[in-house]
Amino acid sequence: MKYKAEIIAGIVILAFAIIFLVTNASIQQNLAEGEEAWGGADGQAADIIESGGYEPWFSPVWEPPSGEIESLFFSLQAAIGALIIGYFFGYYRSRQAAT
Amino acid sequence: MHIMEGFLPSPWWQIWFIVAIPFLVLGLYQLKKLFAEKRETIPLLAVAGAFVFVLSSLKLPSVTGSCSHPTGTGLSAILFGPFITSILALIVLIYQAIFLAHGGLTTLGANVFSMGIAGPVVAYALYMAGKKASLNTFVNVFIAATVADLFTYVVTAGQLALAFPAAEGGVMASFTAFLAIFAITQVPLAIIEGVIIALVFKYIIDVRPDILVKLNVLTQNTVNRIREAAA
Repeated sequence: MKYKAEIIAGIVILAFAIIFLVTNASIQQNLAEGEEAWGGADGQAADIIESGGYEPWFSPVWEPPSGEIESLFFSLQAAIGALIIGYFFGYYRSRQAAT
Repeated sequence: MHIMEGFLPSPWWQIWFIVAIPFLVLGLYQLKKLFAEKRETIPLLAVAGAFVFVLSSLKLPSVTGSCSHPTGTGLSAILFGPFITSILALIVLIYQAIFLAHGGLTTLGANVFSMGIAGPVVAYALYMAGKKASLNTFVNVFIAATVADLFTYVVTAGQLALAFPAAEGGVMASFTAFLAIFAITQVPLAIIEGVIIALVFKYIIDVRPDILVKLNVLTQNTVNRIREAAA
C-alpha cells in the first residue's frame, strides 16, 4: 500500500491526542486552585534538586522576559527548521521531476 | 528537556565537557571530510539538522501531566553517524541556552553528551544491527529513533543522579526518581518521534535514494525492493 506509513503516523498522532485529552480531563478535575498542570519535566527535576537544599550556582545569561517572548523564540526555531526541510525536499522533488 | 543552567555542581559540569569534547572534535573532522568528498550530501545534512531544530522546539504534553520535547537526533545519526550528529545537537543546544534559557551554557557538556552523543550512538548501533539482520527498513528506523530519544533521557536522569545522590539510597534511589520524571514522560514522545522519522525516511528514499546508497545507509538492493513495493 502506497500510503501505509502516512496512515500509521496519522493513527499514532491521533491516539496521542486522545490520550492527552483524557489525561487532561482527569488532571483538571483534581487540580487545586491556582495550580498549573503540564509544566516542564526539567522544572520538576529542579524542584527535587532544590528541595535537597541545592542552589544553582549559575543563572542564564539572558532569559526571555515573558512567556510570549519565549514562545516567539521557540516558534522561530521551529520555523527555521521547517523552512530548510521544505526548501530541500522541494528542490529534490522538482529536480527529480525534471530528469 | 535538558539539564537547567547552573544545576550541575563542580566537578560534574567540567567532567561532561571533557567527555563530550573528543566526540565533537571527531565530528568536526568527519564533517570536514564529508564537505570535501561527498558534497552532494550537504543538503541532506541541512535537512537532518533542521529536523533536530524543529523537533526539539516542540514541547509536547505527555501522560504524566508534564511536558517534554523530542530530540530529533535519530535521523541524522542514521544518515551521518553519531559524531556529526553531536555537532548538530551542539548548535541546537547553544541556540536554546542563549535565546531561551532552556538548558544552559554551564550544562552544555552534559546536554551534548546525552542528546548529541549517547542517544545517537544507540540509534546508529541499533540501525546497523537491524540492517545486518535485514529487518524491514522502516521498522528499523522507527526502533532506532525511538530508543535513541528515550535513551537520551535515561542518560539525563543518570547525569543528575550522579551529581545529586539521594540522602537515603544514594545514586540508585535518585536515578529512579529522575527516571520517573524524564524517561516515563518521554515514552509517548519517543514513539511519535520514531514514527515521524520513519515517515521522513520514506520521503528521502523517494527523492534521493542515490545519496542513501552513497552514505552506506541502504544498499542498492534494498532501495530497489522498497521502490518496487511502493510502485
